[in-house]
Amino acid sequence: MAENKISLRVITPNRKMYNGKADLVIMRTKSGDVGIMHGHQPMVTVLDYGVMRIQSEGEEDKTAAVFGGFAQIDGDGITVLTDIAEWADEIDLERAEQARKRAEERLSKKTADLDVLRAELALKRALVRIGLKK
Amino acid sequence: MASMRDIKRRIKSVSSTQQITKAMNLVASSKLSKAKGRFMETQPFFKHTRRAIGNIVKGNGVTTHRYLAERSVKKTCVMVITGDRGLCGGYNINVCKAALNQAGSKDTAYITIGSKGRDYLKHRNKELAFCFRGISEKPRYDDARLIGEKVLKMYDSGEIDEVYLAYTEFISTISNEPKVIKLLPLNADEFESNGKEKDLTLTIYEPGEEEVLDYIIPKYLNTVLYGAMVESAACELSSRMTAMDSATENASEMIDDLNLLYNRVRQGAITQEITEIVGGSNALE
Repeated sequence: MAENKISLRVITPNRKMYNGKADLVIMRTKSGDVGIMHGHQPMVTVLDYGVMRIQSEGEEDKTAAVFGGFAQIDGDGITVLTDIAEWADEIDLERAEQARKRAEERLSKKTADLDVLRAELALKRALVRIGLKK
Repeated sequence: MASMRDIKRRIKSVSSTQQITKAMNLVASSKLSKAKGRFMETQPFFKHTRRAIGNIVKGNGVTTHRYLAERSVKKTCVMVITGDRGLCGGYNINVCKAALNQAGSKDTAYITIGSKGRDYLKHRNKELAFCFRGISEKPRYDDARLIGEKVLKMYDSGEIDEVYLAYTEFISTISNEPKVIKLLPLNADEFESNGKEKDLTLTIYEPGEEEVLDYIIPKYLNTVLYGAMVESAACELSSRMTAMDSATENASEMIDDLNLLYNRVRQGAITQEITEIVGGSNALE
């Protein structure tokens, strides 16, 4: 089965987060979740804020929160390039909850100097982190 | 000839300067090893983003995108990455000169990162669009993104028609070179082909080619900017290290010379005293 694995690289500006093989990689793109396996057609896709799941037979699934970026699928496998990505065990649930509360407060107050986009993005990030932890 | 006391004082002052330059050399070299590590870490991200754009541009022959198409140039923008502090040899001056060379006689607005660049250009009455400081030594990706967004906004609104970036290329610890690259519009020919374009003609773009480029090119700019900032930071430190190293060496040379002079003057004074005593006793006899 070894030849039916797809190689995956996850790279952020500050580190090489993952470099290995997997049976199935599920990512949240702008148009919904996609699962990618060995032999996929070449594709370039823009990622949304969401969870990435790496499945390999005989191993526990690895999950990570990925915030934007894009994925390139070609003969070499998958290359995910993103500004921020975190493994599930790197996420601080308490901090994420606090961030969610803060963002919700900001959005509900509707003060004049509210940066709606920024608050919404913060809320979205917090929700992804919390969703991944639970 | 200088008096003994004057020479003694000079020796003291030179050796205290030497202590400072020595300390700065050590600080710079320990910071450099960290900066070099960061520089290495940014490389894969940069390389892969570049390859992704190369594949899209070469594989599909898209050249009409707004960040790829040339437009008639009324206003040029040159971004200059320098340090915030001096005492690093020709590092700041060299990159500023490269930026001025690039601009030539064109109508140019400058964006400076680092206060040395700002001072240099202000002194020459150049137009400064934005100045950033305090981030040169330890650039973060967020800083680069902020600056990238500002530049892109100016480009989108037609305020500027082309963008160049002047930074310093890290060749080795003891050598670096100022370099100017064109950021916008992107030159499609610059992207090296990897000979695989044929397989990529069937590539799917989700949601679409335009949208993907819309997303990736700004990201690419931020990456380039970040990479250049990190690389320049490493260069600043290595320049400072080299400059301080030679300063320390010069100081010890100077101290040696001064010591020699001091001894000679001291000997002269002793000789003179003896001559005087001998002369005095001779006169008495």
